Amino acid sequence: MSTQLLSERAAVRYRTARARLISTLGPATMLGGVLWAFLQPYRITLLHPYGQGFWWLAIEPPLLVIVAGIVFAFLVAPGVIEDLEEHEDGL
Amino acid sequence: MQPPAEFVHWMFATGVLLVGLCLLAQAVVGDEVWRRRAWRAYLWPSLAFAMGVFMWPVMVFFTNSTIHMLAHGSWAQVLMLAGGAELGLIRGKLHSPYWRLTMPLMFAVSGSAFLIHEQNSWFFARAAFLHHLIGWTLVIGAVFPLLLVFRPRSQLWRTGFALTFVVLSVMLYSDRDLAPVFGHLSPEAGAQHR
Repeated sequence: MSTQLLSERAAVRYRTARARLISTLGPATMLGGVLWAFLQPYRITLLHPYGQGFWWLAIEPPLLVIVAGIVFAFLVAPGVIEDLEEHEDGL
Repeated sequence: MQPPAEFVHWMFATGVLLVGLCLLAQAVVGDEVWRRRAWRAYLWPSLAFAMGVFMWPVMVFFTNSTIHMLAHGSWAQVLMLAGGAELGLIRGKLHSPYWRLTMPLMFAVSGSAFLIHEQNSWFFARAAFLHHLIGWTLVIGAVFPLLLVFRPRSQLWRTGFALTFVVLSVMLYSDRDLAPVFGHLSPEAGAQHR
């Protein structure tokens, strides 16, 4: 196998790794929020909303982490990956 | 109707986390790809600027001492300055790369404010511990944006800069109004709640 082909394959693997890393950031953040929810379920007041004050109902910290992950995963990451692939394809 | 302080910390933690994720993605793909879409180029500087704006009501409504007011006021100013400078550079209204020195300035001022306005020792309560930890993290973390002014393409400094925000968000999420830290809670702090 020629060294040129090998280096091209290595480059493809590198590109894939970068795109994969971007696509992992959002889900990893969401997973962090889910783990927090399991560790401190009393912070998810939606599960048992009676007797909770406004702020405990409005701001549920594990959900904030999950929302941040969703925002990044669905609003930011797809465009970044698309632009990254176009850039690497030389478009 | 005013939220307890811990909720304010968590809301700001979410903003800081989003800034960190954007910076991390920018570090991975590079400026050229990140700025292919104009709205994305403005995203994290706008978030930083907006957090500076929202820090003003925090200053007004969470002033339990003069030093707290000064700390929150200085955060508001340096956050708006650093976010605004970055917006100006991206828009092309500002030209000198030395405007990026506003970011290490923001880190240094914010870190110093955290350290100065925390009157209690590390193990007084979790909030005190985190104020010290966040303060030192910001002061030491200022090295990353400072080095980026002179080595803007360094992958190492860019990643360090981004991860500093992510770590800060974790610390802010860990904050509680009244909770122990590693089993320590001063009796002077009051009774622990959830």
